[in-house]
Amino acid sequence: MTEPVLEVSHISKSCGGRLILDDVSLSLNKGELKVLIGPSGGGKSTLLQCIHFLQTPDAGEIILEGRPASDMGRRHINVFRRQIGMIFQDFNLFDHLTAEHNVAIALRKVKKQSRAQALNRAREELARVGLADKGDLYPAQLSGGQKQRVSIARALAMDPKVMLLDEPTSALDPELIGEVLKVIADLSQSGMTMLMATHQIGFARHLTSEIIFMEAGRITESGPPAELLSTCGLSRAAGFCAKLNQLMGRG
Amino acid sequence: MAADYYQALGLELTRGFWLSLKIIGPSAVGGFLIGLVTGAVRGAGHPRFLARLLDGYVALFRGTALLVQIFIVYYGLPNLAQALNLPPFWKALLSLSPYQASVLVFALCSGAYHSEYIRGAVLSIGRGQFQAARALGFTRFQTFAHIVLPQALRRAWPGCGNEIIYLIKYSSLAFVVSARELTGAAQSVSNTYFRFTETFLVAGLYYLALVTLATWLFQRLEKAWARP
Repeated sequence: MTEPVLEVSHISKSCGGRLILDDVSLSLNKGELKVLIGPSGGGKSTLLQCIHFLQTPDAGEIILEGRPASDMGRRHINVFRRQIGMIFQDFNLFDHLTAEHNVAIALRKVKKQSRAQALNRAREELARVGLADKGDLYPAQLSGGQKQRVSIARALAMDPKVMLLDEPTSALDPELIGEVLKVIADLSQSGMTMLMATHQIGFARHLTSEIIFMEAGRITESGPPAELLSTCGLSRAAGFCAKLNQLMGRG
Repeated sequence: MAADYYQALGLELTRGFWLSLKIIGPSAVGGFLIGLVTGAVRGAGHPRFLARLLDGYVALFRGTALLVQIFIVYYGLPNLAQALNLPPFWKALLSLSPYQASVLVFALCSGAYHSEYIRGAVLSIGRGQFQAARALGFTRFQTFAHIVLPQALRRAWPGCGNEIIYLIKYSSLAFVVSARELTGAAQSVSNTYFRFTETFLVAGLYYLALVTLATWLFQRLEKAWARP
């Protein structure tokens, strides 16, 4: 296989004397979707935020297409960031802008595109997530699932090389989860490279090449879903998933 | 005699009213701009040194009486220039006319209050939107200018409008440094004709009209800027 799109190499992070990430490494090849699972507080979100430098790792290296982030220097971290899309649990749409302008504003201000060009692209991306008719609505007028799809469109418009998704469906009620998962599945099938933290095991197992189980800041187990989840409750990961499935029903 | 009085009342108070407007206009705009920058920097806490410096400015202007501030700027600064034996250029610069001293002090005082409304509004914008903007590659400044401030201003605006309405009324303090604005004119007319009640009643109506107009205008703006 060619060199990975994203490589996370020996990342550690501690906060207030507590080790949150302990020597975490993983890599993503082009078009791959890997899934992070594990109990809350296990370091999944912190890992994603460190990859994006929303938090600065204490040690280790993030390498994007063979280029270490440390080469870019602190001043160019914004250039590094815009190549990676980030989806948040609670959407984080810009409340004062319509759906269309939520998608367009980064194109205009960061990529310096003209207003017309940015809005065109925004409409395309909104259509891609099934929201062609919602462009003029403000976040407060959208459902949770629609908001999350706008935030996916917003990330996609920047042409990211990798997408990081931090529990994208955790803040949604069960009826709305499906529409977001469908967009993510389509995206994966179209060849987007993604790393997703989620509790939707049932969904993830059909799409992902590898499930990574994180607990107490470490990757304790990882492997193809069939392998990892079929150890009949012997492993911690299989046990955790069995519990989730009990709660949510098999997906 | 009565005709003289009414003529003086109409003429002087209208003239005073215009001077009041000329004081209030630049003070309101200047104060708002000072408050915007000060509140934004203090809300962001960055650059840190500037934020601390502006904390000091706000503490000073919110912590002292407005009347004291006017006296210090109008009488104190020229005295200070004299005492320090500054070069003539500085002496001239520090000797402000009653009009200049009033506008300067009102803008600085008003700015200190505006900055508190704006700082509070900046702090109320969720951390998540800041993160989302940074994640899209916005610089810290762009995030602030395009995401945080437009929302913070909407939240701060009712408070800022309130502050401008206060300003309309405390502009009357300009008369203590002999600016013949509305209150000063009313004072002089009533002293000449010994008719205090009617004179100040009319002056009060001028203020009421101006405040009503401002209230209406601010509400229009609030509605125009509202987002669902």
